[in-house]
Amino acid sequence: MSNFFKETDIDTSQAEAIVTETLKNCDDGELYLENHKSESIVLDDNKIKSSTYNSDQGYGFRAVTGEVVAYSHSNDISKESLRKSSENLKDTLKSKKGTYNHEIPKTNSKYYENINPIESKTFDSKIDLLKCVNNYLRSKGSIVNQVTANFLGEHKSIEIIRSDNQVLKDDRPLVRFNVSVVLEKDGKKETGVYGVGGRQSYDDYLKDGSWKDVCDEAFRIANVNLESKPAPAGEMKVVLGPGWPAILIHEAIGHGLEGDFNRKKTSAFHNLMGQQVASEGVTIVDDGTLHQRRGSLTIDDEGTPTENTVLIENGILKNYMQDRLNARLMGTKSTGSGRRESYKHVVLPRMRNTMMLSGKYSQDEMISSVDKGIFAVSFGGGQVDITSGKFVFNCTEAYEINNGKIGSPIKGATLIGDGPSILKEVSLVGNDMKLDPGIGTCGKAGQGVPVGVAQPSILINKMTVGGTKL
Amino acid sequence: MIRDQEFLKDIASYCIENSKKLGATDVGVKVIHSVSENVSFRNKKLDESNRADSFAVNLTTYIEKKKSSINSSDLSKSNLEKLIERCIDATKITPSDENNSLPDKDLMSKEIRDLNLYDETHYQNDKKIEFLKKVEETASTDEKIVNTEAGFTENKNNFILANSNGFLGGYKTSNFSSSCVAVSRINGAMERDYEFGSTRFLQDMMKPEEIGKIAANKAIKKLGPKKIKSEKIGVIFDKRISKGILSTLASAISASAIARGTSFLKDQINSEVFPNSINIIDDPKIEKGLGSQNFDSEGVETNSLKLVENGILKNYLIDTYYGKKLNLKSNGRSGGTTNLYFENGTLSFKDLLNSEKKFLYITETIGHGGNIITGDYSVGASGFMVEDGELTYPVSEITIAGNFKEMFKNITLANDLEMKYSTNAPTLLINQMTVAGK
Repeated sequence: MSNFFKETDIDTSQAEAIVTETLKNCDDGELYLENHKSESIVLDDNKIKSSTYNSDQGYGFRAVTGEVVAYSHSNDISKESLRKSSENLKDTLKSKKGTYNHEIPKTNSKYYENINPIESKTFDSKIDLLKCVNNYLRSKGSIVNQVTANFLGEHKSIEIIRSDNQVLKDDRPLVRFNVSVVLEKDGKKETGVYGVGGRQSYDDYLKDGSWKDVCDEAFRIANVNLESKPAPAGEMKVVLGPGWPAILIHEAIGHGLEGDFNRKKTSAFHNLMGQQVASEGVTIVDDGTLHQRRGSLTIDDEGTPTENTVLIENGILKNYMQDRLNARLMGTKSTGSGRRESYKHVVLPRMRNTMMLSGKYSQDEMISSVDKGIFAVSFGGGQVDITSGKFVFNCTEAYEINNGKIGSPIKGATLIGDGPSILKEVSLVGNDMKLDPGIGTCGKAGQGVPVGVAQPSILINKMTVGGTKL
Repeated sequence: MIRDQEFLKDIASYCIENSKKLGATDVGVKVIHSVSENVSFRNKKLDESNRADSFAVNLTTYIEKKKSSINSSDLSKSNLEKLIERCIDATKITPSDENNSLPDKDLMSKEIRDLNLYDETHYQNDKKIEFLKKVEETASTDEKIVNTEAGFTENKNNFILANSNGFLGGYKTSNFSSSCVAVSRINGAMERDYEFGSTRFLQDMMKPEEIGKIAANKAIKKLGPKKIKSEKIGVIFDKRISKGILSTLASAISASAIARGTSFLKDQINSEVFPNSINIIDDPKIEKGLGSQNFDSEGVETNSLKLVENGILKNYLIDTYYGKKLNLKSNGRSGGTTNLYFENGTLSFKDLLNSEKKFLYITETIGHGGNIITGDYSVGASGFMVEDGELTYPVSEITIAGNFKEMFKNITLANDLEMKYSTNAPTLLINQMTVAGK
């Protein structure tokens, strides 16, 4: 655990006094301190391309009254710097008067251990494993054109000082291991990417040769794509596989259910609370409490314990995801969804692990019910326009379906749909819910945060597939 | 206030000296200080004010051909001492790579030209608020506009780049940017659009009324979109997104993609990649340019490059490391392009719209559907139908798809180039892409 005031000219009680004084006429706010260590080791083109260690520390001082947020951040933790920030915040809010809400729920649950993954595996052994990955994949034959593999590890300690000396702390490990392979056959090149990760040590994901499974999966995807033909263009039925394809849920409805867009009435969902927004049998939650998952948090970045928030229950819209500011303005409670990328960023309501729960159908039943459509197994990224509700995601592994049977693989294509209506087009929900392998990063307002997704196989009656073949 | 060159030089020298003491044979370091102030408004009220004061040190140490790096935001010498030690330890056990090295001494930038990249004017927050009030007042005059957001950011930056071969250079830059997002509504359905301006000098900023008006007009025009049927059709890219074609080109001709064999333009140097009317230039020395620089991220001198001349690919974007792999000298593009643009075409915007009976005119794309290895492209899009030269109705929830190799060869440029971003393109037409809709 970091002691943020060691080696500075200020101690905890002096910092607490500045916080209390600054926030005395405010509705909310805190001093957020963060110490962040991270590493990246990359093997590419048969070489260790880079090894980088990052050490970052700083504070973000926030004061909130009404709808107005004043924020000041710096990496200089000192009396003078904090005073300057304090003046800056008070100046912004000088004409406002608020009442500080001292209540903040406390938790005893921890969803991950305080380990530092960077230090818990030696640098040598990381380099060795990257070389093993390279040799293992290249031993699969001359078809292997390029191999990239990397370790990304981090440890973040945070401390939140609220008015009246309430202090909340959390220590967060996070790792990710990625493999990307390019195969070449008959002049055609295709890529396969796979990765694993979460809030544990590297070896929890890579031990007993399980790193080979990561390599095999990347190789398999690239191999499938070598045989791919042009994707169809137009509206058709789409079967999504379980697990990572749930980024559809994340893009199509997750963002639209974040509190800020609904308070501001800029979300396509802002007037749909309590209404049917999905087929019966569709239940979607956003859960921050899963052990060691990438999107899990013991407390959010405002100090609120996370929870399992039901967003849609049997097709009915039940809750939005809230941070403290939007919850206060909408007359509800924070769902522990207040997150920020770092001390350099303001808090926003964000997703954690967004999951569609299992139904009763098998994937086979779905595929055999489709005359003409596509079966999408894996995706790259996605994006959404919150206001119009239109969203996209890119297939990285997909097949055509003809007369109830899986056919040839098809080239990567973008799928586009409309958030508020897509879930009404979900006609079958599978019984095979799966979590993603722990690789997701969500971007919003220039801030990236780690998230997870999960879903069973689903059948969507109608979606537009953006291929080239008419 | 932004820290001066002497302060940053002192840190840079400390890093180089200490790294050498601990056994580094070569060292590269960058020290940066930036101060940024942002104010944002929503529905004509103050929404957020944000002040950022950030330091950063990026250090790379070499022991012969071994290399490792550290980054930190804490400039205290006690912290740097620990990190330098860690960096040297990692360098010692990182496998060596014959292409690792500092840039050739004779390629380094020799003099720093004043490119007019720093405006010391400080625009007080009260002034920013005045500005934003005007933006939002103009944006919200039409009753169809139901929500507006506007922001103003002022950024001041100073840096020093140094290496153990004696290179040391840096300078101040500034940036002012302002944006407006407007949400329009009709019959319960909403659309969103935006406008923004970004300049080195405050005096060059667009008028607030202009920003607000453009954002609102664009959002209103998008209301009531239709989904069209799937077809092959000519697609016109609005200036806001046509520059994306150049960003794709830049990724595909970076020395890293070429050396790794992961570009759809591999082996295309000196071949015809675009129609012969097309010239593409990357010029780092434009006064007040948003992408202007004296030297690249390794300190190598950068000069204007003709990347594409009469449709023929003439140059890659080369840094030191991948240059060595390709047996080519760095051309000062470590860190990518600078001010990248298409030379103007010959057709006016109007003539381009009239060159066929029917087009799809795209104003926005969503998703990351470009594949640099295969050249395959498929993204979500929205925009307008163009019939007989007129924008007839808004279109959304469609995709456009093709392959960059084909798309590049079927480009026609309009003559309406503006230098508004660091990468700039005129309105452009790509003949025949597949549109997927109904």
